[in-house]
Parts: sequence; structure tokens; C-alpha cells
Amino acid sequence: MKTTRFLALVLAILFVLPLAAACGKSGQKTTLYVLNWGEYLDPDLIKEFEDQNPDIKINYTTTTSNEEMYTICATEGSKIDLLVPSDYMIERLIAEDLLAELDLSNIPNFEYVKQAASTCTFDPESKYSIPYLMGTLGIVYNTKLVDDPVDSWDILWDEKYAGKIMMYDSIRDSIAIALCKLGYDLNTADPEQLREAGELLKQQKSLVLAYGTDNIKYDMIGGNVALGVDYSGSATEAILENSDLAYVVPKEGSNIWVDSMVVLKSSQHKEAAERFINFLCDPEITARNSEYVGYTTPNSKAEEYVDPELLAADSYHISEDVIARCKYYKDLDADTLALWNSVWMEVKTATK
Amino acid sequence: MNRKKAFALPYIVWMIVFTIVPLLLILFYAFIHKTDTGALIFTTEYIRSALSGSSMSVLLLSLEYALITTVLCLLLAYPAALFLWQLRSRIGSIVNLLFMLPMWMNFLLRTYAWRALLDMSGPINRVLQWLGLPGQQLLYTEGAVIFGLVYNFLPFMLLPIYTAFTKIDRSYVQAAEDLGANRWQTLTRVILPLTRSGIITGVTMVFMPAVTTFVVSRLLGGSQTMMFGDLLENQFMLLKDWNTGSALAVVMMVLMLLSMALVRKSDDGVMPGGM
Repeated sequence: MKTTRFLALVLAILFVLPLAAACGKSGQKTTLYVLNWGEYLDPDLIKEFEDQNPDIKINYTTTTSNEEMYTICATEGSKIDLLVPSDYMIERLIAEDLLAELDLSNIPNFEYVKQAASTCTFDPESKYSIPYLMGTLGIVYNTKLVDDPVDSWDILWDEKYAGKIMMYDSIRDSIAIALCKLGYDLNTADPEQLREAGELLKQQKSLVLAYGTDNIKYDMIGGNVALGVDYSGSATEAILENSDLAYVVPKEGSNIWVDSMVVLKSSQHKEAAERFINFLCDPEITARNSEYVGYTTPNSKAEEYVDPELLAADSYHISEDVIARCKYYKDLDADTLALWNSVWMEVKTATK
Repeated sequence: MNRKKAFALPYIVWMIVFTIVPLLLILFYAFIHKTDTGALIFTTEYIRSALSGSSMSVLLLSLEYALITTVLCLLLAYPAALFLWQLRSRIGSIVNLLFMLPMWMNFLLRTYAWRALLDMSGPINRVLQWLGLPGQQLLYTEGAVIFGLVYNFLPFMLLPIYTAFTKIDRSYVQAAEDLGANRWQTLTRVILPLTRSGIITGVTMVFMPAVTTFVVSRLLGGSQTMMFGDLLENQFMLLKDWNTGSALAVVMMVLMLLSMALVRKSDDGVMPGGM
């Protein structure tokens, strides 16, 4: 008896589902395929855009890394129209001629992000990319546990804080920190400079509590870790949760990045994609999105719409002099990357 | 006869597509170098770079962790299985179920739960503070990694050993006692040899996967050391160096085959215990 009822239910679902799908399809909609990072867009905004543009339906997917994005886009027959990779990946996509040239006349809101776009070394003329959100790499610290002023990467090597420091578990970021501390370029390919950076990170190892990623935020909120390396957006979330925390971009410089919206050359819906880009460049919309995500909007007119509490956080507001001392990552070629990797391997395999 | 063979067909197809072909691909990537002109040449260069000092130290460390985990699991699971076997079978199977119950939850979820438990402001440290003891840094230590591994792999050791126990004919034990063996002698001369196959299965089921785990060391150990799994991930995902990555996998497989052969050999031998 039970099985029959269950079967009836399954059959009913099987019959109804295609019907429901068919109903949705009436009215010739364009489906725009958007690929983004996880938790990097306020889902309400998608609905709002679809309400404003009844002819467009958005199919939204997320990934966790630039490399994954690249793999998806480079696959033949990929349906993706619009995606939001980071600077160095855009550099590669441009070099491989995978991106469509944008028609800026379809994106009037571009004027608000124009200034930020001009600093993007990978595409200063915004031929292919429109800035979406930006952030920096810096130090989150607990003001109750740290009594020295925090303005330099040196503090991550201070024995006083042994066992209370968390580093970022990523080749690019950790080595970049050591390079900045040494005063070298964070995109260097010089083996000698990289060797020095590796030595420095090995020395630091005995002071480090753990190498983390997303967990750094939670450990900082927990209040038992004194200093942690983190991205600004993640730091903002931590600061809003625990008011003892503060964020600084050290004076020696650091990494700044811009994630930008690009359209693939293979896209059939470039005009629809440009309409969505324009929507996301609207000052009020980008402010809401930025509040939801925690990273900074490059929009020059958005500040008035951003929650003042958020705007007051050091991690949210990126000042002119921070921009001046920070650098974008460049796409490293395979040989250089192998060199970076061997340095990192040595750090990771060194005994404490 | 032919119809019986037909039943195996789906499995054979599955094995060819998902085991044999990938294996051949790994071997291909590990030994064949594609030159700029597109010519394919045989090389041992990738294997040599896979055997480099730093990757060997990563492998050694992974093996060390796996070995410690296996020994601890065995020391915990064997007495537990013995205890379960001595319970009345009804109660025994209920207790056994309790041991297995955590496995119904996702492995990652359980490891995340341990993060919260071991945290400086977690329940364990709160109890310590309540007792007037100083808080201990439990998370992000080597001990936490070993603990996490043992916790996750214990059921894989317990289940085969317990199964071996349930197959023992209790009259052997009675006979041993009748013939004047004391409890220790009964255990080492009768019970242990009879459960050897369970121990060997348990050891293989714990040791092999323990060598290649990496999530536990990342979550509970703060990834202060690189495990073999991290190394492989780096090689494929970051460096896109499939050749050296495959060579590392080959080195790993050879090592596994050797250790399996060793375990087999001790199984055939007269040594009881199988370790």
C-alpha cells in the first residue's frame, strides 16, 4: 500500500515537472549565464534585475578559484556569457583572445567606476573589463592582545607574539608578504629574492600558530589570536563581529586587487550582459551589493549609499595612499610559478 | 556459464573505464614527455623529480602520521572488539551500531565539529578553566591531527576485527581453557590468530587512505606541514604540471603495492598478529 502511494507520488512529480518547466519558457526569454565567486553577489539583486528586465533570465553559478573559472571558460561549448575573474586571470584571458570588446555606450554607469578602472594595469582602457569589487591584503589584529603599533609586516616576525600569529595558506599571498617586507616586487621572478623570502618565512614558522584560509576570520573573531593575515572583505566581517579587531595595510605595501566583469567572445548575449554590467555599476545597487559581500566597491558615487558603520572600518575604506603603496598581482609564467612553488614547498616542509 | 559472465559485464565495463584507463593515463603522463614539436618520448625525468628531497620528506611525514594512526586505531579497536564479542549478541550489535553511528554523518562535518570542540574558547577548554586549570592550545597541533585521523578511521579498523571475532567458534576458546591455557595464553595463542584476517583488513583500510588524507591536517593542524594530498593538489591545480603529479601518484602506488605485499606475506607466514 505504502509503495503504491510512493510510486504515485513519484509519477505525479515526474509528470508535473516538465509541465512547470514548459510554462516558464513561454515568452522568448534570453538566458544570461553568469559565473561568479561564492557569496560574491547579493541574490536579491538578481531578482531585482530580472524584474526590471523581464526579457532576461539569469542562470547564476559560482566557483571557488580563478583557475576553475578559467577551466570552465576555456572548455569548448561553454555557455557562460559573463564572469568575474581577478586581475591576473583577466590578463591571461585577454592574452588568449577569449574576451569580447565591450561597447561602453551600453554601460552609461561606467563613468562612476572610470577612475578605478584607469588604475587597472591589466586593462587600463577598459576595453574588456569593468571593475566589480576590490580589496587588499593586510593584517587583522586584536587591540586587546597587541599593544605595539601595527603598521609594518615586521610585527608578524615579532617573538613577543609567538603562537598567536596566523599566516595565509597560499603561495602567492605568503611569499608576497615576505617580498614586501624585504622591499622587493611582489611579482618578482628573481630566484635570489625568492630564496631570501623563503628563508624569512622559514624563520617565521616557529612563531606561527597556523596557516589558514577562511578560518582565520573565525579565529580572529574568537579573540584568542593576536595577529592574522586576511583579505579586507573578510576582515570587515570579522571587525563587525568583534569590535576589538582592527585592520591595517602595512607601510611596506601589499597586494590590491580588482575583480572585474568580463564577457566571453563566444557569448551570444553580449547586449544582455552589458545591461547586467550597467545594472551592477549603478551606485545604489553596487553599494547594496558591497554591503552584502563585505568588499569595497570601486564606484565613486556609491559611498553615500553605504552603511556608515561599514564605511568607518579601516578594512572597508581603501584610501588613496593605500592604493599608492599596493600592487596588483601579475600572471606568473609556468617557470616562475614553479620557482615560487619550490620556495613554498621548502617553507611548508621545514621543521618548526 | 555464459549467462553468469554476462552479470559481470557492467562491472567489467565500469572497471575498464574508471580504473584501467585512468591508471594507464597516469602511467602515460608519468613517463612520456611531449616535446615542443609534438613528438612523444619516454623519460624518467618526472619520476626523478617526484623522488626529490622535499617531496620525499612530505611522503615520509604522511607515512609517519598514517602509521601512528594505524597503530593507535588497532590498540583502541582490538580491545573494543573483544569486549563487544563478549557481550550478549543482541547488546553487542547495539553497541556496535553506536560505534558506527558517527559514520552516518559526513566526514567533513565531523572534522569541523572537532574544530569547534578543540578551540581555545571551545567546550573542552571551558571545562579546564572551570576546573581552575590553564587553557590549552589544542587546535592546530600535531596531536590534533593524529586525534582527528584516529577518530575518523577507527570504525574502519573496528568493523573488520569485530566481524572476524563473530566468526570464531566459541568451542575453541572452551577447548583452550579445558586444556589448561590461562586467559593470556588463550588470547595470544587462540583468539589472536583467529582474528588475524580482520586485523589485516583493518590495517589496510586505515593505513592506505590515511596516507593520502589532507583535509584533517588542514583543518585541525593549521596546515603547518604539507601532506602528500596537498602536494598532489598543488601539482595539478596550481602548477598544472600533470607529468610530475602523475609521477608522484606512481611513486605512491608502488609504495602501496609494496606495503600490501608485505602485509600479505606476513598473513601467509606463521607469525600471529599480522602487523
